[in-house]
Amino acid sequence: MASTKQTASTELPNGPGAAALLAAGIGCATMGVFTLLAEASKGINTLFSFYAPTGALSGVSTSAIVVWLVAWFALHRAWAVREVAILRVSIAAFVLLLIGFALTFPPFIGLLQVT
Amino acid sequence: MEITWRDLMTVLHGMGFGALFMLAFTGAIAELYRMSVPGSPAIPNPRYQTLFRFYLIGMVVLAWLSVFSGAYVVYPWYRAAAPAGLADLAAYPRNLLLSSPTTSGWHRLGMEWKEHVAWIAPIAITMVAYVYATYGPSLAKHRHLHRAVFYFTLAAFVATGIAGAFGAVLNKYAPIRGGETIQLMKGN
Repeated sequence: MASTKQTASTELPNGPGAAALLAAGIGCATMGVFTLLAEASKGINTLFSFYAPTGALSGVSTSAIVVWLVAWFALHRAWAVREVAILRVSIAAFVLLLIGFALTFPPFIGLLQVT
Repeated sequence: MEITWRDLMTVLHGMGFGALFMLAFTGAIAELYRMSVPGSPAIPNPRYQTLFRFYLIGMVVLAWLSVFSGAYVVYPWYRAAAPAGLADLAAYPRNLLLSSPTTSGWHRLGMEWKEHVAWIAPIAITMVAYVYATYGPSLAKHRHLHRAVFYFTLAAFVATGIAGAFGAVLNKYAPIRGGETIQLMKGN
């Protein structure tokens, strides 16, 4: 993704911020993808029912949170002391955020299921 | 003056956590925008910085309380399935909405969207709070990162607005009622 380099400056590098930003994008997109999967397949819907009274929403949200936190941890470890290409990371994070919004919008999910 | 347990929890979820979180966006958006405005003081005093850090942490707490109370306290009451053949569906909001073509859209679009899009807000605002806590006022020097944080704050605001608006309307068409009655005060 980003061309990275070790920072020698005493100023805080943008790596930790970029890691948090991209991980948030990943978390939002994962929420959307898991929502789509739970809507598209009865088997996956049942699989995501971690807590019966809440239904698939419990598994969709819990799994998305786990993916988000794991992604954040991994990216933070990789970028903690680095300067990264923040513009590219920002664009990727926004695309992922938009995927999250689109895939949680029921008419869009319906459109994908039809096609 | 009475209120049912479910009414109380719904109010706590929507007004106590959700609406308060929504209101807090005004301060967060204003301050994050101010940081980038030419001519504004780049480095506010340490007390102000600490206050804004706690302000954002408060928003994070409200956001997570809002989605967890919604998903695990209020939503199960909303989606509880009515016994077959039951005529009065007032205690089963989801079934009540789906029972009429004039209200089914509130569930199929409103609740289906609200219950999922709402989770974007706490994820986004947690990132925003972390980035500000890490960089403080020097965030303004990281121009692209600062801009991304600002737009993620707006995205969290939009997600919260969608969830909050549909939540308010859904509670009008199919209020969640029931449970133990709590007497708040005696009338004359």
